Amino acid sequence: MATTTPTRGAPAPRAGGAGAAPNGRGTWRTRLWRLDDIASPYAYIAPFFLVFGAFGLYPLLYTGWIALHRVEMTSLSQSDWVGFDNFAKILQDSEFWTAVTNTFLIGVISTVPQLLVALGLAHLLNYKLRASTFWRTVILTPYATSVATAALVFALVFRADGGILNWVLHFVGIGNTDWANGEWTSKIAISVIIIWRWTGYNALIYLAAMQAVPSDLYEAASIDGATRWQQFRKVTIPSLRPTILFTIVISTIGSMQLFGEPLLLQGGTLGSTGGTDHQYETLSIYLFNYGWKLGHLGPAAAVAWAMLVLLLLIALINWIVGRFVRKSAA
Amino acid sequence: MTTTSPTKTAPGFDPAPPVAGPARSRTRLKLGAGQQLKGGPFTYAALIVVGLGSLFPLYWTLVAASHDQQRVLDSPPPLLPGGRLWTNLQTAWDQAHLGKAIVNSVIVAGCITAATLFFCTLAGYAFAKMRFRGRGALMTAVIATLTIPPQLSVVPLFMMMSDIGWGGKLESVIFPTLVGAFGVFFMRQYLLEALPYELIEAAKVDGATNIRIVWNVVLPAARPAMMVLGMLTFVQAWNDFFWPFLALNQENPTLQVALGQLSASYTPDQSIVMAGALISTLPLLLVFVIFGKQIVGGIMAGAVKG
Repeated sequence: MATTTPTRGAPAPRAGGAGAAPNGRGTWRTRLWRLDDIASPYAYIAPFFLVFGAFGLYPLLYTGWIALHRVEMTSLSQSDWVGFDNFAKILQDSEFWTAVTNTFLIGVISTVPQLLVALGLAHLLNYKLRASTFWRTVILTPYATSVATAALVFALVFRADGGILNWVLHFVGIGNTDWANGEWTSKIAISVIIIWRWTGYNALIYLAAMQAVPSDLYEAASIDGATRWQQFRKVTIPSLRPTILFTIVISTIGSMQLFGEPLLLQGGTLGSTGGTDHQYETLSIYLFNYGWKLGHLGPAAAVAWAMLVLLLLIALINWIVGRFVRKSAA
Repeated sequence: MTTTSPTKTAPGFDPAPPVAGPARSRTRLKLGAGQQLKGGPFTYAALIVVGLGSLFPLYWTLVAASHDQQRVLDSPPPLLPGGRLWTNLQTAWDQAHLGKAIVNSVIVAGCITAATLFFCTLAGYAFAKMRFRGRGALMTAVIATLTIPPQLSVVPLFMMMSDIGWGGKLESVIFPTLVGAFGVFFMRQYLLEALPYELIEAAKVDGATNIRIVWNVVLPAARPAMMVLGMLTFVQAWNDFFWPFLALNQENPTLQVALGQLSASYTPDQSIVMAGALISTLPLLLVFVIFGKQIVGGIMAGAVKG
C-alpha cells in the first residue's frame, strides 16, 4: 500500500533508499512535503506573533522612547529629546500619586469582596439545582453589559439628588450621601460597578474548578465526620488555590486598567480629571488626561511605563505570596 | 517500579479498584459529598437575591429610558417603564449618530470575530497537535502576552495609526485585536482533547497537505469550540471601550464610544443617555438569551483548563 502511492510521514526515513522513488518526482514531492511539515506550524502561529509584534511589543518599546521625548498631540511627527524630564514631571505631580493610591485602593475594594462573593456564589451553584443553567446565565448577564452602559446606569443609581440608591437609603435615614464627591464613597461606587460586572464571571470560573474536584475527597472528608463548612474550608478552598491565584492575577491586571467606570461616573467633563478633587482618578484616567485632554504624549508615555513598573511589582508580590502560601500548605 | 516496591504503592492504589465501583456510587448517594447535595430554600433565596441584583440595573436602564429626565430624577423614582421610550430612542439615535455607530460596531466586532476564529484555530491547532521546535517556549510567550494591559502601548499606537493614515478609522480598532492570546489558548486546550491524532495521521496517509488537513479535519472538529470562542470574542469586541474611545472620534464612533461621548461631552439628558445605553446593550442581551447556555459552558470550559 505505502509503496504504490507516495505517502506522507513514512517516506522520509527511506528517501535515500533504492526503490522508494524511482523517477525523482517522488523525492521532489517528498521534500516538498517535509518542507510543508516543517513550515506549516510556524505559518499557523505567525499571524498571532505578527499582530502582537506590530501592535503589542513594538508599541510597548516605542512607549519607552516617547517617554524620553517631548511629543505633542498637535504635532505628532515632531519629537525633541528631553531625557528623564517626563518622568520627573509625573513623579513630582501629586495628582500622579493620588492616581496610584486610588488605583490601588479601588483595586482592593473591588477585588476582595468580588472574589469572596464569587466563591460563595459558586458554592451555591454547585448544589443540585432546578434550572441550573438559568441561574448561571442570569448571574453572567452583567458580563454581557458594556463598561459604558454599566457605568452610566450606576451613575444614575448613585446620583446625589434623585439617585435611586439615596431614595432607598432615605428610608433608614441616610439618604443624602453625595456618592461621587466623597473620598471613599466615590471609590465604593466605582467598586460596586466592577463587582456587579465581574462577580458572576468569576463565580463561573470557581464553579468549573469546584466541579473538577474529585468527589472522593469529599467522601473521605465526610467519612471523617467533617461538616459542610469544614469540607468547604479544608477540601474546596485548597483544591481551588491555583484558580483563586489566577483570578487574583486577572483582577489585579484588570484594576490597573480601570477607565470607563471613573470616566463616566459623573459624566460631563469631570470624568477626565477623576472628579473635582481627583477623588476617583485612576492611572488610566491620568494617562488619558495627560495625553488626550492636555495633549502631552511624553508624560503620558511615562505614565505607561510607571504602570509597567507597578505591574511588575505586583507580580513580584503575587509570586512571593504564592510561594509563601504553597510552602505553608506543604 | 511497581514490582520492586509493592508495599509503597499498595495502600494508595491496589485496594481501590475492586471495591471502588459499587462502593463509590453508594457512598455518594448516602453521604453526599458537598456538591451532590440539593439546594435548599436558603440556596434559592440567595440566588434570587443575586439574580435580582444582576438584572435590576438592566431593568432600571429600560425604566430610565422610558421616562423624561425630570421624572427619572424624581423622588420617589419611577419603578415601572413609562411611555416615552420611543421618543427617547429616536432622540438618542439622532443626537449621537447611533445609526452609524451600530454599523461601525457590527463591522468592528464582526471582523475581529472572524479573524480571531480563523487565526486562533490555526494557531491553536499548531500548538495542540503539531510538533515543532520551540513549541513550549512560544506557547508560554503567547500566554505571557495576556498579562500586558493595553494601556502600556496606547500612546505609540495612536501615533502609529495616525502615521499610516488609520487615525480615527475603524482599521485602527480592528487590527490590534485581530488575534488574541486567549483565543489561541482556548482553541489549543479544546483541540488537545477533541482532535485525535489518528484522524490527522489518516489524512496524512491519504496524502493530504497540512492546509488540507486544517480544512477537512481540524475545522470540523473545532466547530463547537469556535462557536463559543466566536461569541466570547464578539461580546468583548462589541463592549471594548478604552482603546476605541482614544482612537475614534465623534464622527466615526463605535456604539460604546458614541455612548461615552453622549455622556462626557456636555450636560447630558439622563433619559436620552439611558436610551442610548439600551440600544447598545440590547443586541448582546439578545445573543445572551439565545446562546446563554453555550457562553456559560464556554467560560467554564476555558476555566477548568486554565
